[in-house]
Amino acid sequence: MDSYLLSLLIGLPMLTAVVVLALGEKRAEAAKATALVGSLVVLFLAINLWVGFDVSSANMQYVQKLAWVPAFNIYYHVGVDGIALPLILLTAVISALVLIASWEVIERKVAQYYAAFLVLEGLMIGVFCAMDAMLFYVFFEAMLIPMFIIIGVWGGPRRVYASIKFFLYTFLGSIFMLLGLIYLYQKSGDSFALSEWTALSLTADEQFWLFWAFFAAFAVKIPMFPVHTWLPDAHVEAPTGGSIILAAIMLKIGGYGFVRFSLPITPDAAASYAYILIALSLIAVIYIGLVALVQQDMKKLVAYSSISHMGFVTLGLFLAYQLAVQGRADTAALAIQGGLMQMLSHGFVSAAMFGAIGVLYDRVHSREIADYGGVLTSMPYFGAFAIFFGMANCGLPGTSGFVGEFMVILAAVQANPWIGFAAATALILGAAYTLWLLKRVFLGPITHKHVKTLDDLNPREWVLMGTLAIYVLYFGLFPKPFTDVMQPSVLRLVEQITTSKLPQEAGAQIGSIGGTEISPEGAK
Amino acid sequence: MIQSWSDLMPILPEVAMLIAALTLMLLEAFLSERNRHWLFVCAMASLLGVAFLITIDFSYGAQQRLLDGMLVRDALADVLKLFMLLATAIVFVYARHFFSMRRQFFGNFYVLSLFAVLGMMVLVSAGNLVTVYLGLELMALATYTLVALDRDNGTSTEAAMKYFVLGAIASGLLLYGFSLLFGITGSLDLREINQKLFEIATGDQGKIILMAFALTFIIIGLAFKFGAVPFHMWLPDVYEGAPTAVVAFIASVPKLAALGMAFRLLTEGLHVLQPRWQEMLALLTIGSLLVGNLAALAQYNLKRLMAYSTISHVGFIFLGLLNGGAQGYSAVLFYTIVYALTTAAAFGVIMSFAREGLEFDKIDDFKGLNKRSPWMAFLMLLVMASLAGIPPLVGFWAKLQVIMAAVALGKTFAAVVLIAAICAVIGAFYYLKVIKAMYFDAPESDVLPLATVDVRWVLACNTLVVVVLGVYWAPLAAVCNAVFMHR
Repeated sequence: MDSYLLSLLIGLPMLTAVVVLALGEKRAEAAKATALVGSLVVLFLAINLWVGFDVSSANMQYVQKLAWVPAFNIYYHVGVDGIALPLILLTAVISALVLIASWEVIERKVAQYYAAFLVLEGLMIGVFCAMDAMLFYVFFEAMLIPMFIIIGVWGGPRRVYASIKFFLYTFLGSIFMLLGLIYLYQKSGDSFALSEWTALSLTADEQFWLFWAFFAAFAVKIPMFPVHTWLPDAHVEAPTGGSIILAAIMLKIGGYGFVRFSLPITPDAAASYAYILIALSLIAVIYIGLVALVQQDMKKLVAYSSISHMGFVTLGLFLAYQLAVQGRADTAALAIQGGLMQMLSHGFVSAAMFGAIGVLYDRVHSREIADYGGVLTSMPYFGAFAIFFGMANCGLPGTSGFVGEFMVILAAVQANPWIGFAAATALILGAAYTLWLLKRVFLGPITHKHVKTLDDLNPREWVLMGTLAIYVLYFGLFPKPFTDVMQPSVLRLVEQITTSKLPQEAGAQIGSIGGTEISPEGAK
Repeated sequence: MIQSWSDLMPILPEVAMLIAALTLMLLEAFLSERNRHWLFVCAMASLLGVAFLITIDFSYGAQQRLLDGMLVRDALADVLKLFMLLATAIVFVYARHFFSMRRQFFGNFYVLSLFAVLGMMVLVSAGNLVTVYLGLELMALATYTLVALDRDNGTSTEAAMKYFVLGAIASGLLLYGFSLLFGITGSLDLREINQKLFEIATGDQGKIILMAFALTFIIIGLAFKFGAVPFHMWLPDVYEGAPTAVVAFIASVPKLAALGMAFRLLTEGLHVLQPRWQEMLALLTIGSLLVGNLAALAQYNLKRLMAYSTISHVGFIFLGLLNGGAQGYSAVLFYTIVYALTTAAAFGVIMSFAREGLEFDKIDDFKGLNKRSPWMAFLMLLVMASLAGIPPLVGFWAKLQVIMAAVALGKTFAAVVLIAAICAVIGAFYYLKVIKAMYFDAPESDVLPLATVDVRWVLACNTLVVVVLGVYWAPLAAVCNAVFMHR
């Protein structure tokens, strides 16, 4: 059972999607029910995965390896470690919630809608457990088609533009990664195994090209400034469910890609260019935070806030190099862990924010902030939830938003107080744009007639909001289970990124962890 | 010399094909209107029979040389022939429906197609320059006529004229190259030519320039047959002008033959000149990729779009040919097979909507197809996504192998690889345009597919091949590898 669990998690959603499509539009109710049952079973399996996971080990677990294309040494090779596991759980939870959130909202092509989300769920889980680079790439790219269709078919007025922009941006980024993968395949003696690549020694030149090739793919996906411009469009035009999946999970795939590819495979190049990525992350955090401040459209505001929050992820991941150079392995681990925690937290918080906007949009059919005001009066329960999620979005202690940001800022201050200072301003900006949004939408007198007559949450929305609120609170108050799961894998990652892979310095280490002081520039 | 009848056994498929084509020609002349459908049945039966004759004698073993090396038979020839027959059979199913919907009963279509296939079979088995030319011209003459099949249609005849004139020039250039080659080496046998060229290349420097001349003309001829830039001018007009069934045939099957011809000429005949033809192919690759992809962006006619898409795919085929080794050829074989099957499916979808007075070849015709006919829209989605090279569809694996083969050449051709990669992204845009029209736009008409049950099934299987091969492509990759293993 154990070795099939991951394959079940990948395959079951897709099989369910086929059944849902077969049921078709004429039996839409049955299709929806099937989809929901399928996603709940997946969630149950994901919880099983979590329960059976050995927290003390950094090794890949639930490994299954089957020959896929022997001629090219491509394997169907899946497994999870402490970094992938929470993300798989997140995917399962959010996917089930999205199906519930869309229950009455989607009226056209219901079966196709549900099928697209199920296929997407399977592919995303696949991305998180692929241990073979080609398998990873297949899942990574295949995700584009269902998302493209979700935005394009069920999206807003500018959906065509947004969906094509989304597709081409990501496709262009990943094609460079593909060239990098092919190069590594030949370099490593015809192997696509990630584990072999992390042990492969590469010259500074090779690492330079590979690093930027990976950067092209993952920076677009996460997204980093200045390749973030597809995200606001995609978010604004996507249906609520699409926005939730996009923000909560697909962005995380960019961060996950950095962790799986850039950091361990090209550690020396990553160390050399960490300062660029840190700078870009800070620009994302501050500049995009300012951009969020002036948005008139709620969805756009949250979209920019997502970019800003993802800036913390990349900041944490690449700060680790600065810290490693200074010889602080434990703080480096803290920075990486902070980045990963931020990914998880943002998964729940952004899902909740987009879910809340969806609740309003379904009633008023407007995303303009100016069309609201005093919603708290007519929808007290919903207002309470939304304000709570808003607090989490600006990183209030006790909510999940605090944990990751705090860890990253803590590490940043140790690396360089100025970086820490710059990162901390984001907390202020985040509070500013979130609180101002809340004020304009929920507080104050009711200025529009249609706001007065709004109905409060229905049971379906209660489930969505309630579940997410529980996660956000639990995660904020007691993050230990998550950090415990990650700990061994993160420590191993730190070990990998501090071990130089330059051939002439076999076994040498960046920084003074191994004893002698070798700066990455010197090693080149 | 022919010692006994058993010496002729290896060319039995060709002989059978010739007999079948001639018989069909007679049948076509004498069958009454009512019994015309027997032509289709006989044509399918002959394809099946020839395929059977090939399979019983199939082996991955060493090359057999027949009739003093005029013809050769090896696994490459057999695999190419089998897939040519398969693609032809698929196209025949679509074509029968297409012509009957348009009330055009061109019995000649089957006869001419079979002659074209015979020409291609000779071409991919050629061991001698004369056989190369013989096969090529048999194929070319049959396809010129196929394009002009709808003789009352102005654009059709115009396309046929262009095709014929340009094709004749290309054949002339190719022949000139052959004659120069004969002048240098004194032989028409490809294997002997290769040996002689090797001796000359290591000795007499004066003849090298002459060799380069011969090579240039041969490459031009080859590029014309593939439709590589700058010898692509005929392609968009032919695709737009010819009846869709004929386009489906021309777009898929002759690509396989052209690959066989490229292998026979470039590697069996001119292997010595590899560094030189690599450079030429690199230029053709870049040109085809850029022109094909950029021009396709501006098309609103789907047949014309497919023409430019073909040009860009030829760029990818040439990218694999650059490699010149077993890895490259195996990648290109995979690519071409996949391309032929996928293209056939694309035209199959167009043909299942076409009827009298409606070509159904504008992208606008596909608007809102998902609302009218979700299944057909889904099939077209798969085909387009596969052509765009999106995993896990098989088009991705084809592109992957080709790019891997080119990357293996090292830094020399890194720029070409990079251009190819970027062109793949540009290419994705116009395939997405078709998907966008089908899924995102509101319908402009309520045309429903007229496809009969048999067409629907063949189309579904044809398209599902794209998916199945995408997930489980190991067997086809293994066949393609095995074909070039014993060299």
